Amino acid sequence: MNVEKTTNLNNRFKPHKSVTAMMLVVLVTLVPGVASYLYFFGLGMILNIIVACITALAAEALILWWRKKPVVFYLKDCSALVTAVLLALCLPSLAPWWLTVIATLFAIVIAKHLYGGLGHNIFNPAMIGYVVIIISFPQIMSTQWLNPDATKAIDSYTAATPLDNIKTELDRGQTISEVTEASPTLLFGEFGAYSWEWVNLAFLLGGIALLYLRIIRWHIPLMMLGTIFLIAAVFHYYDSDNYLPPLFHLFSGGTILAAFYIATDPVTSPNTRLGHIYFGIGIGIYTYVIRTWGGYPDGIAFAVLLMNMKTPILDYVTQPRAFGHPKKRHTHITHKKDSQD
Amino acid sequence: MKEYLLILVSTVLINNFLLVKFLGLCPFMGVSRKLETAIGMSMATTFVLTLSSMTSYMVYEFLLVPLGLKYLKTIAFILVIAAVVQFTEMFVHKTSPVLYRVLGIFLPLITTNCAVLGVALLNIQENNSFIHSILYGFGAAVGFSLVLILFSALRERIAAADVPKAFKGNAIALVTAGLMSLAFMGFSGLGNL
Repeated sequence: MNVEKTTNLNNRFKPHKSVTAMMLVVLVTLVPGVASYLYFFGLGMILNIIVACITALAAEALILWWRKKPVVFYLKDCSALVTAVLLALCLPSLAPWWLTVIATLFAIVIAKHLYGGLGHNIFNPAMIGYVVIIISFPQIMSTQWLNPDATKAIDSYTAATPLDNIKTELDRGQTISEVTEASPTLLFGEFGAYSWEWVNLAFLLGGIALLYLRIIRWHIPLMMLGTIFLIAAVFHYYDSDNYLPPLFHLFSGGTILAAFYIATDPVTSPNTRLGHIYFGIGIGIYTYVIRTWGGYPDGIAFAVLLMNMKTPILDYVTQPRAFGHPKKRHTHITHKKDSQD
Repeated sequence: MKEYLLILVSTVLINNFLLVKFLGLCPFMGVSRKLETAIGMSMATTFVLTLSSMTSYMVYEFLLVPLGLKYLKTIAFILVIAAVVQFTEMFVHKTSPVLYRVLGIFLPLITTNCAVLGVALLNIQENNSFIHSILYGFGAAVGFSLVLILFSALRERIAAADVPKAFKGNAIALVTAGLMSLAFMGFSGLGNL
């Protein structure tokens, strides 16, 4: 009996994959998402991904060489590639090449290697890269997206994202139903944002594969998506003319991608299960607040960074009781006794 | 009521004194090495900031304005803040010797915390009412405390990281503060609810 238990435990906690294998699996599960993105928004994304990957690998190699670390060994873990691909997926497909280069350099050099490389960074590198350029070049970031109907109507080649559109229209005093009547493809598709819903669905497929392969755990994605859904539902049914329906929030922008691939980054998220739950809820709340009332088209990147910032404190607060030690309440009492003595 | 809530949200998140206005950076760097001292410091600062924004408002409205001495406001506020800090120091010394020992040199440092003087001067500049001033000071202090505590927990983690030699210590701390400030930029635009 005892023996069986120990072997079970061993199997359960065995680190079954190396970092390289994990990162490669993550890259492979991204394929359906990227493919559907290319189908709906043209091939421009491929260029972004290639530029980001080359920049990331070059920057990483240079810094490793400069710090006299084994270059090939660290390049082989593919973490820079994952950062680069995730970052490229957040950029508009018509973004100029230098925008991608700046974002990637910030992500790899400042967010990752200034802190000592993989495992030491406190902020998600891809999100730092994204936030730096959305603050510095808001114009490009909100207009250089490819219109999903570009092949049909050549005069409107570029477009803003549905989330950005609705923000502009609401600011003008329009209601959601007025906007959808005026131009049906501006916002809604079958159930989410126009065209974006299928991209998000494809990313969801990859995310479920990650869950099935136990690369990530369900707490963060479920809590994050659940929180966004719940808040959005409450506001939508309270005032459906000014607040978007919950499914639109889940299937637009980078919600699904962030929930499964970005928020679950093991380095920058808490270590405890309870911490994961708070982390996911926090990202959900911040995302909804910044999307709905903030000045930026999508709040996910900011939400992830704001929660990255709270990761050490969440770890501290949700620290499990060490085995064999009494609960905290008791230690307080003994302390008092000690000081009285 | 909604107005007061907006003042709090605005001072804590949107116009955070540390990360958006960059006031009060000396204690932000000096006391953030350990979580415990950061918590103590933020409690002391919250107390002093709320009290000093109240007293400096009263000194300005009931003393400087009637006497026509508006131009003395900076010096008067420094005096008021120093007095409030002295009072807090005496209070902490009597009530909690442990906290007093932990805070040590940093308690008098609140006197030179530019956020405290900044709040008093901004209150006058923006013509805030009495209640408004107190809330503004309290909100600023809560924002300061929030960021200071988060930052100290981050620094405890960074202390264990393999940071390049040239960036060890305050350099990486300032880089981190910059990145935190980037994240706080996300709140911009929230004010026009």
